[in-house]
Amino acid sequence: MQVIKVENLFKQYQLGQVSTGTISHDLNRWMHKIRGKEDPYEKITGENAREEKGNSNYVWALKDINFDVKQGEVLGIIGRNGAGKSTLLKILSKVTAPSKGTIKIRGRIASLLEVGTGFHPELTGRENIFLNGAILGMTKSEIRSKFDEIVAFSGVEKYIDTPVKRYSSGMYVRLAFAVAAHLEPEILIVDEVLAVGDAEFQKKCLGKMKDVSNQGRTVIFVSHNLVAVKSLCKRGILMERGGITFMGSADETVEHYMKVNAEQLNPSISFENPTDAPGNELIKIKTVSVQPTNPFITDEISIHFSFWNFSEDPSVFLAFDLIDLHEEVVFGSGFKFEKNQANLCQGSCIIPKDLLNDGVYTINLYFNSAEMRPLFNTMNAISFEVADKERNYAYFGKINGAVRPTLKWISE
Amino acid sequence: MVDVNDSWTEIIKPKRGWFDVNLKEIWRYRDLILLFVRRDFVSVYKQTILGPLWLFIQPLFTTFIFYFVFNQIARISTDGVDPILFYLSGITLWNYFSDCFSKTSNTFVANASIFGKVYFPRLTTPISIVISNLIKLGIQVLLFVLIAIYQVVVNDADIQINSTIFLLPLLILLMAIMGLGMGILFSALTTKYRDLSFLLTFGIQLLMYATPIIYPLSFTSGKLHQLLSYNPITPIIENFRYSFFGIGTFDVGGLIYSTIFSISILFIGILFFNRVENKFMDTV
Repeated sequence: MQVIKVENLFKQYQLGQVSTGTISHDLNRWMHKIRGKEDPYEKITGENAREEKGNSNYVWALKDINFDVKQGEVLGIIGRNGAGKSTLLKILSKVTAPSKGTIKIRGRIASLLEVGTGFHPELTGRENIFLNGAILGMTKSEIRSKFDEIVAFSGVEKYIDTPVKRYSSGMYVRLAFAVAAHLEPEILIVDEVLAVGDAEFQKKCLGKMKDVSNQGRTVIFVSHNLVAVKSLCKRGILMERGGITFMGSADETVEHYMKVNAEQLNPSISFENPTDAPGNELIKIKTVSVQPTNPFITDEISIHFSFWNFSEDPSVFLAFDLIDLHEEVVFGSGFKFEKNQANLCQGSCIIPKDLLNDGVYTINLYFNSAEMRPLFNTMNAISFEVADKERNYAYFGKINGAVRPTLKWISE
Repeated sequence: MVDVNDSWTEIIKPKRGWFDVNLKEIWRYRDLILLFVRRDFVSVYKQTILGPLWLFIQPLFTTFIFYFVFNQIARISTDGVDPILFYLSGITLWNYFSDCFSKTSNTFVANASIFGKVYFPRLTTPISIVISNLIKLGIQVLLFVLIAIYQVVVNDADIQINSTIFLLPLLILLMAIMGLGMGILFSALTTKYRDLSFLLTFGIQLLMYATPIIYPLSFTSGKLHQLLSYNPITPIIENFRYSFFGIGTFDVGGLIYSTIFSISILFIGILFFNRVENKFMDTV
């Protein structure tokens, strides 16, 4: 039985300052409407593509979304940042309305876009359990009947009558999650924000979601964490630029996503003069490149950086995170650069051979002053693939792990 | 599988009709309203030394200021009523209206962070504000009664309580409905254009001077008198004072006018509020 049916769903957003020009746009829209014409701002709506700067002030965050979810199904929605996942979640959660199209729902729906919504710092843990539970749609008697369970699950029994502003952040999140975990909706919508926090907490979150789906309830899970999607979900949807580009089993969807990402590899960026280069008034990026461009796991990989430093400070601390396709940080590293007469900083980072696993990696760059004041950040500056080499043993599958160092083995 | 269209429990659509108000849902969330009331009440006075005593101090201070400025300096008549009681009675009832109005008028903006994360009927928030202020009003009416007893016993003030006192709950209800209606109408209008909110404090102040709070209605005459009687709050204040002091006018017609006005403004307010409720996150 279908419990959710999404039909021709569109969502339009206005870019930039909302207030400027809205009166004239509203009047114009209204004039068209009373003359029975189409909305004049629908036509000039651009694609949901952040890289290209459109000339339109309106953008389609979601474009013609169609899918359905059956009872008891666990559906994972994946896609890059800005692909429209969160917008879809917001519409499903009734936080905002679609611009066109409908969603039909069968059963009580609860959405967790955040834990601890409505927690009031001055109220005690006990008072906040009731308040938060009611915000999430539980009645007082439902909360009362689960109260002991919630407190036990959260592990903050001792502080239950203390205002939550005295809680450590860990206790706060645990209590908030405990309330959310005891919701019993027929359909549960979970955003990936739930999966942040320490490893133990993540495990608890994912475990609880598994329980929920084992009880035959429907779950929609939005995440960057491809491993989590693969292990939790049966079906997957891939979103790109506001539309659905792939639908299938969770494994197939993840695989497709990884393939699409690999096709969009961009192992170097280079700019001749600062005016075209990405950055801000303090930092402009000249070059980021990988040598060799298509490395094998047995190659030493050199990442070359050069950038203009226009800040007053002669030295800049550049750090990068190496991110794998599961959006997990493999490692981070940093170095202090001094600028030359031309305001240029140059240098390379050498990643030893036999360290990285095979796979696609991207690099996030963080430029900070020597006092660690952020100057400029950029995500996905470059991406490259490290290819596997032939192996001299029988297993040819992917070797597990974020890294794949060659270690010393001793036989005894 | 046969898809029976009627068995969908909910359909999310782009636009909501004007009259698509789901009051049943608000009733289902009544526990939330009570918990909001509790939160408002508990949290406001935490970490203050005097705590709920501020509920007494605020109206008393205003009364003393009014007493010195309008009675001692400007010498505006209070129609023979003890001036302290005259001002306190007006302020007590007026404050309830102005609190309901001003605190519900920014419902969307003030709650954007919660509204952006989870759905519940948004009307629960302004309703809870009106209720928590009702508790405050109850305490302040008690203060008024205590001060009245004191003034009668110690200062020989003249009080003539009459049977119209039984209309007090109606007067309070009218104030609540009017404050709520105007507040949510305002909050719906300000989600897109904030300009109006700058006028709010000024407007409420202006409205207070256009209501017989610091002067009796009988103090005015001619066109001004006519104008003041169009103010739907005037009959409420006048009737309140009449039931305690036996002065002024007991005006049934005025009360009917106030009632019709209150109900209409609440109705219009709910319609507008409901209309922006599901879209405001994009513009707020």
